[in-house]
Amino acid sequence: MTGQPVLEIRNLDVDYGLGDQAVHAVREVNLTLHRGEVLGLAGESGSGKSTLAYGLTRLLPPPGVISGGEVIYHPPGGEPYDVLGLSDRELRAFRWAETAIVFQGAMNSLNPVHKISTQLTDVIKAHQPNLSAAARTARAREMLRLVGISPDRMESYPHQLSGGMRQRVMIGMALALEPQVVIMDEPTTALDVVMQRQILGQLIELRERLGFSVIFITHDLSLLVEFSDRIAIMYGGRIVEEAPAETLYRDPMHPYSQGLLGSFPALRGPRRELAGIPGSPPDLRAMPTGCSFHPRCPKAFEPCPARLPILGQPDAPTGGGRTVACWLHPARVPVG
Amino acid sequence: MKYLLQRIAFYLFTAWAALTLNFVIPRMIPGDPVKSMISRFQGQMDPDAIESLYVLFGIDKQAGIWDQYVDYWGQLFRGDLGLSFTSFPSPVSEVIGTSVWWTVLLVGITTALSFAIGTGLGVLAGWRRGSWIDGLLPATTFLSSVPYFWLGLVAIALLAGPGSFFPSSGGYEPGLVPAFDQYFIPSAIQHSLLPAFTILISSVSGWILSMRNMMVTVAAEDYITVAHAKGLPERRVALSYAARNALLPNVSGFALSLGFIVGGTLLVEIVFSYPGLGYLLFRAVGAKDYPLMQGIFLVITISVLLANLLADVVYMLLDPRTRKEG
Amino acid sequence: MTIPTSSIDQVIPGEGAMAQPDTAPAAKAKRQRLRFVANGKAATGLIMLAIYCVLAIIGPWIAPYDPDARSNDLLAPPSAAHWFGTTHLGQDVLSQILVGTRGVMLVGLTAGLVATVLSVLIGVTAGFLGGAFDEALSALSNVFLVIPALPLIIIVASSFTTAGDVVVALTIGFTSWAWGARVLRAQTLSLRRRDYVEASRATGESTWRIILFEILPNLTAIIASGFVGTVIFAVMSEITLAFIGISSISSWNWGTILFWAQSQQALAQGAWWWFVPAGLAIALLGTALSLINFGIDEFVSPRLRSSGKSKVKTASGQTVRMRVGFTPVLASRPVRATQVARSYPAAPVSNGKVNGAHVAPRKEEVK
Repeated sequence: MTGQPVLEIRNLDVDYGLGDQAVHAVREVNLTLHRGEVLGLAGESGSGKSTLAYGLTRLLPPPGVISGGEVIYHPPGGEPYDVLGLSDRELRAFRWAETAIVFQGAMNSLNPVHKISTQLTDVIKAHQPNLSAAARTARAREMLRLVGISPDRMESYPHQLSGGMRQRVMIGMALALEPQVVIMDEPTTALDVVMQRQILGQLIELRERLGFSVIFITHDLSLLVEFSDRIAIMYGGRIVEEAPAETLYRDPMHPYSQGLLGSFPALRGPRRELAGIPGSPPDLRAMPTGCSFHPRCPKAFEPCPARLPILGQPDAPTGGGRTVACWLHPARVPVG
Repeated sequence: MKYLLQRIAFYLFTAWAALTLNFVIPRMIPGDPVKSMISRFQGQMDPDAIESLYVLFGIDKQAGIWDQYVDYWGQLFRGDLGLSFTSFPSPVSEVIGTSVWWTVLLVGITTALSFAIGTGLGVLAGWRRGSWIDGLLPATTFLSSVPYFWLGLVAIALLAGPGSFFPSSGGYEPGLVPAFDQYFIPSAIQHSLLPAFTILISSVSGWILSMRNMMVTVAAEDYITVAHAKGLPERRVALSYAARNALLPNVSGFALSLGFIVGGTLLVEIVFSYPGLGYLLFRAVGAKDYPLMQGIFLVITISVLLANLLADVVYMLLDPRTRKEG
Repeated sequence: MTIPTSSIDQVIPGEGAMAQPDTAPAAKAKRQRLRFVANGKAATGLIMLAIYCVLAIIGPWIAPYDPDARSNDLLAPPSAAHWFGTTHLGQDVLSQILVGTRGVMLVGLTAGLVATVLSVLIGVTAGFLGGAFDEALSALSNVFLVIPALPLIIIVASSFTTAGDVVVALTIGFTSWAWGARVLRAQTLSLRRRDYVEASRATGESTWRIILFEILPNLTAIIASGFVGTVIFAVMSEITLAFIGISSISSWNWGTILFWAQSQQALAQGAWWWFVPAGLAIALLGTALSLINFGIDEFVSPRLRSSGKSKVKTASGQTVRMRVGFTPVLASRPVRATQVARSYPAAPVSNGKVNGAHVAPRKEEVK
């Protein structure tokens, strides 16, 4: 199942604003999502991870603009195409049918004035106009059952549901058209820890049954370690390290990844010293020269402020199947 | 249901407050407006009218303030608002009864129409920001800054006059008898066109602007992004998701500003000598006809409260969150 | 009569899912302050208002005639001698307007001030103290909000035997504070729950100190907006009172001019110059104040600002409007040689779904 790419992000640049005033929120991001895989995207707030998710689906509100790059989608059995090159009509047809999104604000993602049933069926109606109303309702009920909500809830309004139920409804809605890719942007931040794990566990199980791929965005690296196959770490709008989840957890190479991992208690294995990362995320309007992490980096040395490290396969014994952008581990095979 | 009951209780309270205000104001005024009034109508007032005036104005020195208050409510519940001076000896309730329908129809229809048109244009302006409608905003700002009555004056000067289709004053052709027949109704409609148009022009811009701003605000909500992400047709996102939610604050804004709007529209009647409450109030002010003025204030207040209640019912139908079960 | 167009109470900026990158707060605050003055709408409004204020002060001195003085030019159209023409008594309309400006501005600003002070007292107290206080004060302001203001003002003002400027200003001020109080209460409620307010409460600062130093500074924009809105309403009400003959007609204001124009049948006689200048003066003053309020609105909630550039040129050379839901794609990055082979065309759409059955027509690959 895994191995085939389903979504390739190439050199994606996303800005806020135009011309000289543009703030570069995402820079030269290269990322490949494989079929059936859960790809985790982690970083502090302001690292550009959400911007990346909204950018690749062109959902970023003004003044966001995509200033360069490609997002190549590989439909199963079909010829790949660039999502950013689609016309509005094509893009509308592409959305939800191929890539669905579960948004950050579980509370505000549902339209407060419409019933759950309306919001579940309207998306089916928009994409499969030939389906009868009865078939649409049946499908919607099936989706609710799939995420563990009683179909009696169809006639409820969002304010009558708890936060966890609303997020489940959103997940059910995301799966309604059986998309190839599900992007989850901090899907469980507003929920309590028990509910978080319950919902994520359910999602992973559904993925195994339905075979979609997931891009899972969160600032909570511990969740990623547990639930994703591969993890990419973002800092200052760039990907600074990407590796299989297990590898990244055991042997983080970028000092920033090490810092992130050091800021939560170990789930398994020996106890570690808890340590945060000193300083605060960089101001995107005034990015440091060279590696943008160098002002906060405990291991910074002379090339760091001067030159930007490129993301590439590190020249190290454990370097297989992973990339990092750090002068401590100069790239042997640059990516992109 | 609970929501509605709360609102009704609030309006009852407001009505009580307004009526009490009506009772208190004349009693707080220094001087004695009634005495001068009685002297103006010397010999024409029968003792009954003078007595009711005393009660209304609280100059009745024999009774304590509480007894006066009870008397005042007793009169109100009998529908007795006193006698009008201008059309002496007709009771105020009768005088108001003949003009209230003119106002209800003119102001009611135009206000509803203005809200509907303004909201529609506001949806367009807010959804398609930077389109030609945004260019209209300065003009509408100017129009909403013009007093209603002045716009009426300009409309009369430009459009009405001898030989014009639009009559410049009155509610119907002089000589016709008010009745629901084929002569009176068309004439009444013809006479109301220009006042209605005036009210419409000056009030619509406020609705355009507030709906536009609400649309812009709502467009940044998460559920709008979700609607886009779902690939729904543009129309559905704009109407069923954005406009449907933006409408809610606009409806409650509508309820709250009814009091302002009605005040403004009454003045248009003055300019057009339209036989409604506004024109009546104008004449009552000119003649210092206090009982009539107070009666008109009461009727206007109660009508506005009823309209508010109606707007609340509409809001309740629009927003499921207010329809809590149980 | 004017609908309060301020939307501040509805637009309490929230953190959306896509909060934009923050900048250093100090620099931001400074930039914002500058931006308010640089805001075209606000600047235009402020300049216009300044002109009115100057006219209010110097109006009586620069008026070419005594506004009461009669002359033999009865109902004369505009001419070099009488720029705005004359009335039925031969009075100079321009002089009446200039002399009347002072009364209009004085009453408008006084009423605005009275109403704003009341709305701050009632709104902030209600919002901050909460509980029974809040219930009672909110009910009070809702009552005043729902009762039609203008008829109430007419009733009150006409109860006085002579309604001078002071009476009119106070009447308007005491009846039109409710809208501002409502908005301020809502905002205070939300401010009260902010961390820094909770913090100063925890450190035992006195209630009044918190209100004065933590709450009020954050309400400045809303208070200003409420003040401007009330001034608009007060000017309109005052002119209306004069127009229907309630306020004393001995002192000049624009409403008085309109009163005479209306009662002397200026319309029927075709004397447009008698009522047009006064109306325009009112409308321009109203516009100036509304523009200031738009400026404040956009300052408080940047979303409302029409961005300088709403259209961008895309990769394909088209010009598209920036809008929610479809982020413009400016340009594809110049693709390096090794990548040319792997650049894909956009897929054609067949019947609503991209690649209906996930199969696209095969395209020759460039090697």
